[in-house]
Amino acid sequence: MTAQHTESDRSTTGELFVSSARARRIMRAERFANATELIGVWLLALLWIAPLAYVFWAAFRRTDVALTFQPFTGWTFDNIITVWGMAPFGRFYYNTILLVVGLSAGQIILGCLAAYAFTRYRFPLHNLMFTLVLLQLMIFPEVLLGENFRLVASLGLADTLRGIGLPYLASAFFIFLLRQTFKSVPVELVEAAEVEGAGRLEILWKVYVPIARPTIIAFGLVSISFHWNNFLWPLVITQSVEARPITVGIYRFLSPEIGINFTALTAGTVITVLPLLALFLVAQRAFIQNFLRAGIK
Amino acid sequence: MATSSDPAAVGPAEAVTPEVTPGGDPWARRSFLAPLRRVPNSVFAWALILPAMVILLGFSVVPMITTVWASLQEPGIGDSIGPANYERMINDPVFRQSLRNNLVFSLVTVPVSLAIAMLMAVLVDREIRARGFLRMALFTPAMLPVIAAAAIFLAFYQPNFGLINVIAQSIGVPRQNWLGDPSTVLPSLMVVMIWKEAGFFMLFYLAGLQTISPELNEASTLEGTGRWTHFRRVTFPLLMPTTLFTSIVGVANSFKQVDFIFVMTQGGPNNASNLLLYNIYLQAFPNRNPDYAAAMTVVLVSILVALAVIQIRMFDRRIHYR
Amino acid sequence: MSQTVRTRRRVIGRSAAALGATALLLAACNGDAGDDPLADATADDPIEITMYYPIAVGGPLEDVVDGLIAGFEDENPQINVTPVYSGNYDDTAVQATTALSAGEPPATTVLLSTEMFALIDEDIIVPFDDLVITDEDEAWLDSFYDEFMANSRDDEGNTWGIPFQRSTIVQYYNKEAFEQAGLDPERAPETWEELVEIATAVQEGSDVSWGVQMPSSGFPYWLFQTFTTQMGVEVVSAAGNEVYFDKPEVIEALEFWYSLSDEHGVHPPHVVDWGTTPEDFLQQEVGIIWTTTGNLSRIRSDATFDFGVAPMPSNVQPGSPTGGGNFYIFADAPEAEQRAAFELIRYLTQPEQAAEWSIETGYVAPTPEAWETEAMQEYVADFPEAEVARDQLENTVRELSTYQRGSVYDLINDALQSALTGEVTPEEALLQANESINDLLAPYR
Repeated sequence: MTAQHTESDRSTTGELFVSSARARRIMRAERFANATELIGVWLLALLWIAPLAYVFWAAFRRTDVALTFQPFTGWTFDNIITVWGMAPFGRFYYNTILLVVGLSAGQIILGCLAAYAFTRYRFPLHNLMFTLVLLQLMIFPEVLLGENFRLVASLGLADTLRGIGLPYLASAFFIFLLRQTFKSVPVELVEAAEVEGAGRLEILWKVYVPIARPTIIAFGLVSISFHWNNFLWPLVITQSVEARPITVGIYRFLSPEIGINFTALTAGTVITVLPLLALFLVAQRAFIQNFLRAGIK
Repeated sequence: MATSSDPAAVGPAEAVTPEVTPGGDPWARRSFLAPLRRVPNSVFAWALILPAMVILLGFSVVPMITTVWASLQEPGIGDSIGPANYERMINDPVFRQSLRNNLVFSLVTVPVSLAIAMLMAVLVDREIRARGFLRMALFTPAMLPVIAAAAIFLAFYQPNFGLINVIAQSIGVPRQNWLGDPSTVLPSLMVVMIWKEAGFFMLFYLAGLQTISPELNEASTLEGTGRWTHFRRVTFPLLMPTTLFTSIVGVANSFKQVDFIFVMTQGGPNNASNLLLYNIYLQAFPNRNPDYAAAMTVVLVSILVALAVIQIRMFDRRIHYR
Repeated sequence: MSQTVRTRRRVIGRSAAALGATALLLAACNGDAGDDPLADATADDPIEITMYYPIAVGGPLEDVVDGLIAGFEDENPQINVTPVYSGNYDDTAVQATTALSAGEPPATTVLLSTEMFALIDEDIIVPFDDLVITDEDEAWLDSFYDEFMANSRDDEGNTWGIPFQRSTIVQYYNKEAFEQAGLDPERAPETWEELVEIATAVQEGSDVSWGVQMPSSGFPYWLFQTFTTQMGVEVVSAAGNEVYFDKPEVIEALEFWYSLSDEHGVHPPHVVDWGTTPEDFLQQEVGIIWTTTGNLSRIRSDATFDFGVAPMPSNVQPGSPTGGGNFYIFADAPEAEQRAAFELIRYLTQPEQAAEWSIETGYVAPTPEAWETEAMQEYVADFPEAEVARDQLENTVRELSTYQRGSVYDLINDALQSALTGEVTPEEALLQANESINDLLAPYR
């Protein structure tokens, strides 16, 4: 990582250049500021994680003690087991995983090709096409809900996983991002590859893609999280359990006509977020590093 | 840059960097690819962007046009077109309220989540103990499904046994019917949105902070500049490009993110939490008025396109001063 | 409406429909009108139909539906049914109509009984009279409680929906809280005065936070109809084309509802969520709730305290609207599928099946015969609360059902919520909603 400026350097170098009285004052202020910042960041972090922590707590508590604080009794897996039996979560997981994997792969492939073309070549309507890409940073398929529904249905893809995924298969955000990264590829590398006789696609694969890997990984993870969580479009375009991703599945479960059962609700939430959470806990370090290295800004 | 789409300005196909000239010895190497190599660059480039453009145009430009067409359909039998849906919209208090709500929602949630995100980023950028955990804790809400987050907060906001009221009561604040009172429902939803968005924007700010050169920090330290002054004079201005980007993303999200309304309020009470896209959904699907929904979609798309134009302008300027 | 008039109109309706059907058949060069369109289907080459349905709670009831369907398929091997659980009523309606616009209409769907006029208006459903072949079919159409059929027939007597999971609103009350407050635990409020007295007493004398709670999100108009019915008035015409929210009794009804929180302080202020009201009751946060009989099973299984179920109290008279879902058959489904759906619906509303569904859910079995079955008799002997809703039927009115349903509901629900949150007075809210709604319905009069 590029810039790791540390506090300790700061104060030691400071002492060399200022009077000792002033240095002490600065150090005192500095220490005080450090302490408040530390308290502040911990408070903020705990506040931010608390709702989720509470859900995980409540999901494993017996209904009668769910709202009390007795950490040594009342733990149970029953809620998760009961809720798991209430809806075809296996099917929802399968659909969702298929959807996010397929979509991320599709977006990355189509995005690499398009960004490569926009970076390396001038071609007829180049500027118009790129303007359209920029425009679509704002216009997501779910904004045009009604018409996209009609369109996908007329293609015969209503109520299918392909119907959920198709409108998102190309990501304007990714094309834009990747073009920025591709621009930083040194000319010398490209020329060297050409001298070796590499073809145009080969150069994309061997020169551009490796350099853009942090961007691609960071985007891939954002995309997985986005589509795992996407709700409105799948809600509209799916009718049967067979095609439903997990957000729509859990929503069906959250909206029973005769009332909400909060213990079941927390268990359902845990079931919904657990795989994604696990993925991010494992990939957290790599994700943040790639994100920072990708220079997304 | 991209706005000048005058066809005359676009010359015949030519590689920008570096100059690629067909011909030369290496071409003979793998003969089965030879026909591919003879494809001119312009055709090749078009072939590369075609799949992505078909999807992007097909699911945004084409439906945008059909949306406008649908919005112009006059109710009743026959194919007559006219502004009836727009007239209805102007006189529809629910539409006006959902638009008003959305503006308030955006104007509050975007600046607040950006400010919190910037604070978070500055705090966890430094070498501190448990930095990994802190970053994760702040970022986690951003990757939760909004549906699940909404369910969590639905429980918290319950007027009787909800956690927030339990806490409020224990510190002597009277209980509130957070989601049932028109004056508190929108702020309650804003809290969820800010909680959800801040961690995501924090990542962008963290990335932005990596590009600020460490010498600037050292200079401030040498001069004995206070932390706050340093932030105000150095960090904040240098994060401006990131702020531009995140604010655009944030505003767009604040118009697109309505999932939590499905779980928490269904737009109530009395439309106090009805947002534009949710209202469009209600008209298009449950109320089965797709043409009227199309008219409202035109308004939403216009807002978003206006934002996109601002965004393109801003990127232009940034590219210029580079 | 008298029985004879209704029958005559239905016959007229039927012959008109039959003419239409014949014309269609001729146009399709299908020959033999009058044959059972199912004749060609066999166990090896079955007719496939899809049924969307909303239900109250998730898991166990999906199994009950699957079991009922399996029973039907055993008896009718030439028909294959795919039941699709599709969330709440609104979601189910959205799904059914979106499937329709996608060109794959389900043969049948359970939707709110109040959707009838809107579905007729949009040519989405067919009348059951069109699909009648035998006298048995005919008799079956007449086997339901008239109170439920009030939301199944139009003013000309055509039957467009078949009652399946119907309900009324009842009072659930916490007997232990009543005892704690020194009240008679066997006696729920029977008048509005008693409602206020008892709610005040239980709120002050027990651990509950609120005396009484009537949910006002989702479909506030429905809860509101309990008050209007108790004032002795109806709010909608039988033809679904005129509403009467400007009647002084209706305004008084809303003033009373608002006074429970505003004046008497026994009801939580502002809008109370439909979905969490049962949970509030189960957590012993409220003494009395008014909600659907569809909650009966859940409250029975989850309540950790003694609770009672009582009919609605009376002001001028006791009463509640009916509610819940009907089966509809979709017009765009092929005729063979429609007829298959007809058979399915007939099977599901036979006394045994209707009784099973009622016992499992708490919905009111829609035919008197279902209440005579052994299973039901046993159930009621063990759990007499189940009978409250049925006994209350004689005091019920039709649920608010009109053309332009979506817009009408938005208008009245917004008006009710704006009054209950104190933004405008009940009178202002209702007069304005009444005018807007009747403007909207003018083309249908």
